[in-house]
Amino acid sequence: MNFLQVLGHTTLKSLAKLGRASLFFYSIMTVLPYVFMRPKLLIKQIFSVGVLSFWLIIISGLFVGMVIGLQGVYTLSTYGAEASLGIMVAASLVRELGPVVSALLFAGRAGSALTAEIGLMKTTEQLSGMEMMAIDPIKYIIAPRFLAGFISLPLLALLFSSLGILGGHITGVELLHVDAGSYWTQMQSAIDFYDDIVNGIIKSIIFAWIISWIALFEGYDALPTSAGISRATTRTVVNSAFAILFFDLLLTAIMFGST
Amino acid sequence: MISIRNLTFSRGERKIFDNISLDIMPHKITAIMGPSGAGKTTLLKLIGGQLSPDSGVIMVDGKNIHQLSRPQLYTLRKKMGMLFQSGALLSDMSVFDNIAFPIREHTQLPESLIRTVVLLKLNAVGLRGARDLMPSELSGGMARRVAMARAIALDPEMIMYDEPFTGQDPISLGVLVSLIATLNKTLHLTSIIVSHDVQETASIADYIYVLSHGKIAGQGTPKELADSDSEWVQQFMHGKADGPVPFHYPSDSLTADLFTY
Amino acid sequence: MNTKFTEILVGLFVCTGIAALFFIALQVSNFQALQNRASYTITANFENISGLKDNALISMAGVPIGRVSQIQFNAEDYNAIVSMRIDQQYANLPTDTSASIYTAGLLGEKYIGLSAGGMEEFLIEGSVIELTQSSLVLEELISQFLFNSSDK
Repeated sequence: MNFLQVLGHTTLKSLAKLGRASLFFYSIMTVLPYVFMRPKLLIKQIFSVGVLSFWLIIISGLFVGMVIGLQGVYTLSTYGAEASLGIMVAASLVRELGPVVSALLFAGRAGSALTAEIGLMKTTEQLSGMEMMAIDPIKYIIAPRFLAGFISLPLLALLFSSLGILGGHITGVELLHVDAGSYWTQMQSAIDFYDDIVNGIIKSIIFAWIISWIALFEGYDALPTSAGISRATTRTVVNSAFAILFFDLLLTAIMFGST
Repeated sequence: MISIRNLTFSRGERKIFDNISLDIMPHKITAIMGPSGAGKTTLLKLIGGQLSPDSGVIMVDGKNIHQLSRPQLYTLRKKMGMLFQSGALLSDMSVFDNIAFPIREHTQLPESLIRTVVLLKLNAVGLRGARDLMPSELSGGMARRVAMARAIALDPEMIMYDEPFTGQDPISLGVLVSLIATLNKTLHLTSIIVSHDVQETASIADYIYVLSHGKIAGQGTPKELADSDSEWVQQFMHGKADGPVPFHYPSDSLTADLFTY
Repeated sequence: MNTKFTEILVGLFVCTGIAALFFIALQVSNFQALQNRASYTITANFENISGLKDNALISMAGVPIGRVSQIQFNAEDYNAIVSMRIDQQYANLPTDTSASIYTAGLLGEKYIGLSAGGMEEFLIEGSVIELTQSSLVLEELISQFLFNSSDK
């Protein structure tokens, strides 16, 4: 009996939260056009979620690419297929690692910061204060941050992939002497612009939507105490990571499953 | 200005307001007092339309605030200023921009005129010199004065103070008390003060409601309340340690507790 | 932080992001090949194309001259119709050109190899290549080999 009660309670609580999150998302959507009329707000937020994640993404991308370069050469040389290194590096980065790893890093760097910021604004009554000044905090605070994530993450994912491909070049070509010509031409013949690159960009747009939604909602829904904010921040990172990996599986199955 | 009829509001199992009715007179300072946890801040949020009552009616300016559409509610809120306990200043803007913020959002005034308005408001609270500071650089009392300047930025008809005196040193306390009284007189405001600081509040309030356990325990002018024959009101107004509200949290007698172990 | 400084950094950020997109599009993918360079489309019927895919390479004497644009099934004679987009600069393919499906390496991608004939007239938009050779199906090869050897 006790178990059933716990199960029922948890289910109801999760459903209620999902409902609140959907309403929250709906109210963001209704005020989104307003953000385009206030580019200054948007630019400020692109700065704090995008520009401040720049170096993290650049450096991680470079290192991930370098590692794939090394591992790729060791694995491929078993089959005498080092010439295909370019395909391996580019395909894994553009299709998977670029969107996924940059989204995970983005959730940790920008998502947690967003949750903490919004949660703190709630705790210090800044959100209520705005409401009492007849200014909708969703319009002024939430929506610009949401849109900034949407714009920043795909750009960051592209940067991650580019730097990764250069990183693969550094280890594979410069260090382990794979032929530079075959690195680039094999890559070019195997990577399709629409199937691989556009799909990768679509992935990172969807991840941006997930992370921004989770991060902003957790902050907005956080208990206005320091413990509440710290729990909300943790939830943002954990839930974003789960959601990213789950949606990656789903999207990969849809995009690449048919061929 | 504001009339509340048969208001009931509960949070979870706990009834915060149980069928209370009260009136707030225009151009006067009305204080709502009560011990911590009596739901004083909740009352302000109900009046501001941020929370909805379980039952009962709150009329502000002749309109039932919980039946207004969102745009109507926002129009009405422009006539209300509210001072939060923490000041609720936006932490990423300077003092000047914080006060200019509601003006910029709600009017099309040119920047030069906004500057004039902001400086006048800051002058009214005596902080014209602090316009370039960030909220994190302000002391608690200064932050509250800046928040007051912001609350009057749009020239509201009424202003609500949430615990304006809590945690202030005697000097800033004096400043705040006299500011609230002066602003009310010079701007013809209707003021509502929510507080448990009896001395300061009683010195400026025209009328006081004392809340306890979801009911109105007493009401009247400060003088009437001080002479009230209700024991509870006496204890609250004079800050006695023991009385109808016992010093001890309900428990068995001390001897029983000590010797039964 | 200074607003102007922020705006400049955001501008730089967006520029590097777009630069990354161009880098990936032009250096990493077949984007250039996809661009609508002037081309004409010819078709060929194959008995079996097993493994040939859209966008597969079409080469002549080992030089890429176009790509497969469409693969359809012909319900009348149960053949595959492969449409091929050939770059306009290679407009001088004789009408008796033959097409075969090859595999790049032992396990590689399938591609179509064209070999020129000797006619004076050239293939134009909508022409059909008559001479085709299907993809080699490994199972068929093996069974042929087995039957042939048992005949002896």
